[in-house]
Amino acid sequence: MMNLDVWMRENPLLYILLGSYAVALLIFVIEIVMVKHKRKITLQQVRLMRNAGDDQ
Amino acid sequence: MAINWFKYSAPTTFYGLAGKMIPWFAISAAILFAIGLYIGFFVAPTDAQQGEFYRIMFIHVPASILSMFLYLIMAGYAALGLIFRTRLSAMMATAIAPTGALFALISLWTGALWGKPMWGAWWLWDARLTSQLILLFLYFGFIALHASIDDPRRADRAAALLAIVGSVNVPIIYFSVKWWNTLHQGSSIKFSGTTMHVAMQQALFTMLAACWLYAIAVVLARVRSIILERERNASWIADLPEVKQ
Repeated sequence: MMNLDVWMRENPLLYILLGSYAVALLIFVIEIVMVKHKRKITLQQVRLMRNAGDDQ
Repeated sequence: MAINWFKYSAPTTFYGLAGKMIPWFAISAAILFAIGLYIGFFVAPTDAQQGEFYRIMFIHVPASILSMFLYLIMAGYAALGLIFRTRLSAMMATAIAPTGALFALISLWTGALWGKPMWGAWWLWDARLTSQLILLFLYFGFIALHASIDDPRRADRAAALLAIVGSVNVPIIYFSVKWWNTLHQGSSIKFSGTTMHVAMQQALFTMLAACWLYAIAVVLARVRSIILERERNASWIADLPEVKQ
């Protein structure tokens, strides 16, 4: 913990960029990927239902 | 020419409209993020007291503001769905919750990163921090409650009640720094003016606008999937080009 305290005071910009902005970017990317995945899965389900309806 | 706004509250119309709007919001958000970060890191001067650490606020403050506003918007949509039984309102509330939760998480995370060098602690049971943590738990509660009920209509009603009751927490977060003796600083920008450097204000407002545009784009994309899922038996869904593929 002591080492981290020293490191963050010696490298404040790196600490901010990696700790805050990179983490926020990662969270945004994960959310976008999850939203795209959900759309893909939902579209597949709807297509399957439609095809099943056509077959009957 | 009068616009029939009620037309856009129908999932049938809103689905297409949302699809057209998403790229505009997403591209604008990306551009504003780039501008905001450039001003925040290369134009805004170093703070006399906090040094470089203050630059965390360019993501921390917008994330905190959005987490609170998104909750109120979510509760508003949930209330509309509960009172008027409008299908799209409940879908919008469900779509907003994960984005609001993520902004609350970013707010708490970046706050902890700022707190360590400034206060000497990652976390304190301060009124502002604790009420913000409760907001995150309210989002989790809304998502979990909605997911735990199979019938979407019943899930909407139960989750709406939680959202409406939980909205009392938002003014508590905002006024916590005035009502109690907290370590968290008060608002730096007031209606009476600000002492902040102009470049700091520009970076802050640009990042705030970017976060708003990002949130709108993501919520619209998510609500389109929810519409598809809930209206899958409707004939207009089968006629969509992306379904016909």
